[in-house]
Parts: sequence; C-alpha cells; structure tokens
Amino acid sequence: MKIIIKLFVFILLFFPALLIAQKKSVIKKTVPSSTASVKRGMTVYQMRCLACHQADGSGVPNLNPPLIRTAWVKGSKEVLIHQVLKGSKGQVVIDGDHFNNTMPPIPSLSDEEIADVLTYVRNSFKNKYSSVSLAEVQSARKKITK
Amino acid sequence: MKKLFSFILLIWTFSFSYAKDKMPKHANLNKSKSSINADVSIKLPSGFGAKVIAEKLGRARHLVVNSNGDVYVKLDRLKDGKGIILIKPGQLPTASFAGFGNFTGTGITIKNGYLYASSNTAVYRYKMTGGNGIPTGAPETIVTGLAEGQHNSKSIVLDNNGNIYVNQGAPSNSCQVEDRTKGSPGIDPCPILDYAAGIWQYKADKLNQTLKDGVHYATGIRNVVGIDWNNSLNQLFAMQHGRDQLHDNWPELYSNEESAELPSEELLMVKKGSNFGWPYCYFDHMQNKKILAPEYGGDKKKQGRCEGVDVPVIAFPGHYAPDGLLFYTGNKFPAKYKNGAFIAFHGSWNRAPLNQKGFFVAFVPFKDGKPSGPYEVFAEGFAGKKDITSPGQAEHRPCGLAQGPDGSIYVSDDAKGTVWKISYGK
Repeated sequence: MKIIIKLFVFILLFFPALLIAQKKSVIKKTVPSSTASVKRGMTVYQMRCLACHQADGSGVPNLNPPLIRTAWVKGSKEVLIHQVLKGSKGQVVIDGDHFNNTMPPIPSLSDEEIADVLTYVRNSFKNKYSSVSLAEVQSARKKITK
Repeated sequence: MKKLFSFILLIWTFSFSYAKDKMPKHANLNKSKSSINADVSIKLPSGFGAKVIAEKLGRARHLVVNSNGDVYVKLDRLKDGKGIILIKPGQLPTASFAGFGNFTGTGITIKNGYLYASSNTAVYRYKMTGGNGIPTGAPETIVTGLAEGQHNSKSIVLDNNGNIYVNQGAPSNSCQVEDRTKGSPGIDPCPILDYAAGIWQYKADKLNQTLKDGVHYATGIRNVVGIDWNNSLNQLFAMQHGRDQLHDNWPELYSNEESAELPSEELLMVKKGSNFGWPYCYFDHMQNKKILAPEYGGDKKKQGRCEGVDVPVIAFPGHYAPDGLLFYTGNKFPAKYKNGAFIAFHGSWNRAPLNQKGFFVAFVPFKDGKPSGPYEVFAEGFAGKKDITSPGQAEHRPCGLAQGPDGSIYVSDDAKGTVWKISYGK
C-alpha cells in the first residue's frame, strides 16, 4: 500500500501533465473526493441499508439501531467496517437503548462500496464526520478476515 | 406467449377489483380533538371523543383497567425506577404518577384479585390489596427463565379456568441458516419451533414454572404482541406479526411493492394444537391463502406443505405491527362494537422504501364467532402527520388497548408514553 502512495507522490511531483490527463481516474482510485463518495454511498445505502436503518437513518426503536450521531457512527471506523463485514447477532446497546435484530454480514460489498457507504452515513442524517477511505477498508478487511 | 400475457393481464385486472372489495371501510371519521395538552389530534368515528389521561410515560406498552377505574401501564423502560405506573381516575395527565415494580416489559392483566405483569423473561403477579392501588407485598414469580432475543416481549392473558397464556416469539425472521441474510435457505425442520414461535399455557397460580412445565398450546406463530381472551366465545385470539424482508432477501421474486404489502398481519383464533405455519408458510391476503415461504422453495404462488395449515380469521396488509388486541364487551359503544375486536397497529418499518403505514387503531366487527365485515380504521392521527417514511417520525405509536368499567377504551403509546381514554356520547 505504502509503495502505491509513494508511486503517486512521485507521479504528482514529476509528471503534472500526465496527472492532469489522468485526473479522473487518479481521483477515483487514490483520494476519493468526499462528495463523490457520499453520492456513490447513497446508492449502496439505498440498496443494502435503508430497509432496516430507514431513509433518514433513524432506525427502528428496539430493533434496528439509528445512525444519527450515535457513539458507533462517530466512533472507530474499524468497528464500523467490522460491523458491515461481520454483522451482529443478539442485543446491541447504543447510547442506552437496546436493539435486538440481527444484522446480516455483507462481505459481498467491495472495499470501495464499504468506504463509500460509511462515508455517506458519516456525512448524512446530521452527521459530520471524516470520510472512510478505501485504504482504511482494505487494511481493516485484511485484519478481520485473517 | 400472447396467451400468457392476456392471462397475466386478466389476473392483474381481477386482483385490482378484488383488492377494492377488500379495502377497509373508513368509519365515518370526524375530527375529534384530544383535549388536555395533546400534541396531536386523533380522529374518531362520529359520536366518540378522546381525552389524554397521561403523558410522557416513555415506553408505555400494554395497560389494564381495574374495576374501580385505576389504570395500570406496563413500561418497557423504568420511569423514576418504576416499571408499572398507576393512573388514578381524575389525575391530571401531567401528574407525577405513583408506580411499583422494578422490571421492564410489555404484558399486564388483572384477574381474580391479582395483577399479572411480564418482563421479557418472566411473569409475575401481585395481590391486589385495595387501599391506594399500590400492591404492598412482593410479587410472586409465576413463570421464569423465558428466552430473550429478537421478538422478546411476553404478552399475557388468562382464561376462566386458571390458566395463563404467554407468547414466546421466534428469535429469527424466517428460520434461515443465516438470519435476515439474502438468499440464505430455511433450516428444515426449523429447530426454533421446539422452544419458541408459539404460545405456551401455564397454571396461573403455580410458582416458578419454566417453559418445560408449560403446555405447548399452539405453534408456527412467528411473534405475537396483541393477545386477548374472547369471553363470549371462550377462546384465545392473538395477532401475529408476519415475517419481514421478502424483497431484501428474495429480490428476484418480490418487488418492493409486493414486499411492503406481504405477508399479511393475521388475527388468529388460537386453539390447542393450532399450527399457523411459520417459518414454512406465510399468509397472502390477496390470494387469500397460506403460501410457501421462499426460504423453503416457495415462488410466491406455490402452496406445497402449506395446504391445510391453519389460516387467520381476518388478515391485514403487511408490517402494520399489531401490538394490541381487545375484544369489546362493554355496552357504552353503539351495538355493532359489542364483541368485536379492536386492534392497535404500532406502525411499520419494513415497508421502506415505500411510506410506512399503520399507526392507527382498527375495528373488526364480529358476528357468530367470526368477523362479519372488513376492518375499519377506528382511531387515527397518532403519528401526527401523513407520509411517514420511518417509524421514528411518528409522534405516537399505538401499542396497548384496555377496556374500563365504564365501557370506555384506553390506548397507550410507546413512543412518548401518552395514554388516551376514548368514550362514546356526551
């Protein structure tokens, strides 16, 4: 991973013309612009998350946790990535409320989709937290699926 | 191909006219503003009026009214350390109510001088000693060690023969190998049916019973919250919450629209030995039959092993979440309400991305022991607005129902903890 970053720094420094020509794909692959990521993440959210967590992220009392400024959403990104990849069974306690539904693991989502959907969640529903990067998902997935 | 197309068109046209026939009648609703401090105005049929008798109780689940008019509300979150709140007639809705019981839960009922109340793992009873309405002694444990998990609330009701009925919800959506997971098959046979997804009958005066001491009274019921004993028929009834996520988990079979409407929520006449088919079957109110679940090879039309499985006495659209059931035995409402069923719909979440529905109290007229017409919307407006997209947007969510000695009915709300008293005339 570090090598890739070094390579891009190299490109940045010595081949500005090439960079401009390749701008679109470089942006997509290395530093996803947060707005684009949020937009893609919304599509993933609608497909895989909305049914339970609801369109406004408010969840369902007693069943499905809300995603609005909760300790989980603003907390460790690795925990969030783990939740998507591994899901959870049994009771989850979030800010004093209890939630009892199972969350299925969704390992079929690509690293980019996970980065996008978590970036969307952390920047929607009144949330304003830092983006989740592709690199963070890649390293977390490596750790989790080891 | 052309033939197939015209056949589909024919079915489609028919299903529309059928659906129209089955559409609920809107009882002649007129606006009746709830009185004191109400933040929403609920609509009732002409001649009925509603009054808020308590507010801000929090998670107010089921409730019961004693013969002297005292109202007991079971809370799913303690309020000032109390799990049961007592509302005395004449108290202001903003009063600081007395209470007792240090456990949270859903079920509450009164019979033969005892108040029975449940946590998510046990059933207790208090001897009613008169006085100020607060029991003086410690509660006795009637049933203990019940399983928690998904669908963990325990609703309770007694018959007239010294038995208490307790639901044990399934800790699963549809008994898949991987719960709530796209494409995961159903476990066959479903092991959950041995210890949950049913109603158990216990002795109402025997202490410390566990699941194995109970009679496994009825099976194949995914989850029940609304339960009542019908005294005119001497018969148990319960409202089943149908399974979720037909589209999410089987998108190739069910559209979002079909998944919002299916499966039905069911009013069950529960007899000893009844089997209502979960997880293998669900009820489809448009086809008016039990259908084989996709987890068990269903294709949304096939009946297979679901032929002959017990069916509901009446069915409602999907995911409305029936949390309260009450057979009306009073004489204060117009004659058609006598012995009919009131149902409190908590309101849906699994109709997303379509708008959420429910959030009202329905009425089903009964004649000769069965529904004599379609359901009507009896009380609505609890949510405070139309076009709800998530349950969190609803101001109030109807949960419990009870009847008072003066023939009024009471509705509790577990979003904010408001309790309404609905009366007829004057």
